[in-house]
Amino acid sequence: MLTALILLTVLMILGAFIALESKDLLSGVISLGIIGFALTIIFLVLQAPDLAIVQIIIETMTLVILIAAIQKTTREDTSDEFDAKKVMIWCAGLVFIIVFLLAAIKAFQHMPAFGEPTLRMAQYYIDNGLSLTGASNLVAAIILDFRAYDTLGEATVLFTSVAGVVVVLRKMGRKRA
Amino acid sequence: MILFILAFLLFLVGLYGILIKRNLIKVIIGLMIVEYAVNLIFVLVGYREGGTAPIEMLGQKTFFVDPLPQALVLTAIVIGLGTTALMVSVAVRIYEKYDTLDVRKIRKLRG
Amino acid sequence: MTGMTPIVKRIAQLMVPSILLLGIYVIVHGHLTPGGGFAGGVLVAGCFALLTLAYGTEEMKSEVFKWRASLLESVGIFIFWFLAVSGVVQGSYFCLNLISKSNPGIPFNLFSAGNIPLYNIAIGIEVAAALFAIFITVVVLKVGEKS
Repeated sequence: MLTALILLTVLMILGAFIALESKDLLSGVISLGIIGFALTIIFLVLQAPDLAIVQIIIETMTLVILIAAIQKTTREDTSDEFDAKKVMIWCAGLVFIIVFLLAAIKAFQHMPAFGEPTLRMAQYYIDNGLSLTGASNLVAAIILDFRAYDTLGEATVLFTSVAGVVVVLRKMGRKRA
Repeated sequence: MILFILAFLLFLVGLYGILIKRNLIKVIIGLMIVEYAVNLIFVLVGYREGGTAPIEMLGQKTFFVDPLPQALVLTAIVIGLGTTALMVSVAVRIYEKYDTLDVRKIRKLRG
Repeated sequence: MTGMTPIVKRIAQLMVPSILLLGIYVIVHGHLTPGGGFAGGVLVAGCFALLTLAYGTEEMKSEVFKWRASLLESVGIFIFWFLAVSGVVQGSYFCLNLISKSNPGIPFNLFSAGNIPLYNIAIGIEVAAALFAIFITVVVLKVGEKS
């Protein structure tokens, strides 16, 4: 099972490289779909069925929205010529990424090993979830009874993003003469 | 531990896309990759070896995986779609106003 | 945006009742099986998006307007707030699970777990309407047009 997870994560990294380096934007967006579907299989292997249902449908709708955006704008990525400023940006970016990776390796050595989490908060929810709320689905009991305030905040964020999308795409802009 | 490092490598690939790429759609794709990697690291933290999904059924043993990271990631996925839709709509308006999607040229022109 | 060939229209017509039924089942049984408000809500929104893509925008404009989607979304959030505040009115803490305290039902039945199925239905309505409003605004409408 560990080998299946490692293979799927390597597939996601390869898909991410293809999505960022391709010249045609449409093939880049379809590679993003590969990453989303591999993430769904990883969620199913890690015993999280609620997340798999949500992830697969939201992945499909994100693909449709991105393809509509490409249809309204250009289709080719023509802005990657090689000049002197690009070499400087590359060096600075690579230095930052390597420093970040070394700091993260040191930080991940202090976390508990994979497969034995410390269940200080969740042990109370697992033991008393069914008797206190009466719901069999523990994830639904957590997001709707123990922590319902966070769900209210999430509904507000979704509402605000819909209002933002409608406002941005409403009025006609000034065309340059 | 190797799984955490691989998921963090995915995060770094997305970060490379945000910092170095010049097309606006590539920047949006990089931000989405960062969001996928963060959700993956959350669910990897809460996995217990030999546990099952956290649904209680009649007469079965109760050895579950950690349900708390799953509850946090469930709302994070839906919010990710909202922010992606907002970024895409802003990119469409920028193209309609400046006629290009290159971040160097958008700085130079004044509409 | 035009519709697609008659084969695609026919197959979408046959599949939509099953997807809609599955979405409503996942919302209502959210406290017993995996799923809940969010998973069922995105399923219902995906079903409507499938209908819009298969039939084109000229036929769909007479069926579902954009203002109706945003009205439904406000109704969903209003029901959620009403259920949450009703705990404060009773003199106890916010988001109190009222029905479970007064008469607890038998677990593993449909009518158990107090307030949780009502919250699921409110969240399902709100998420479905919000995602459908985003889909119509970005994909269907041209820039600068409102309806």
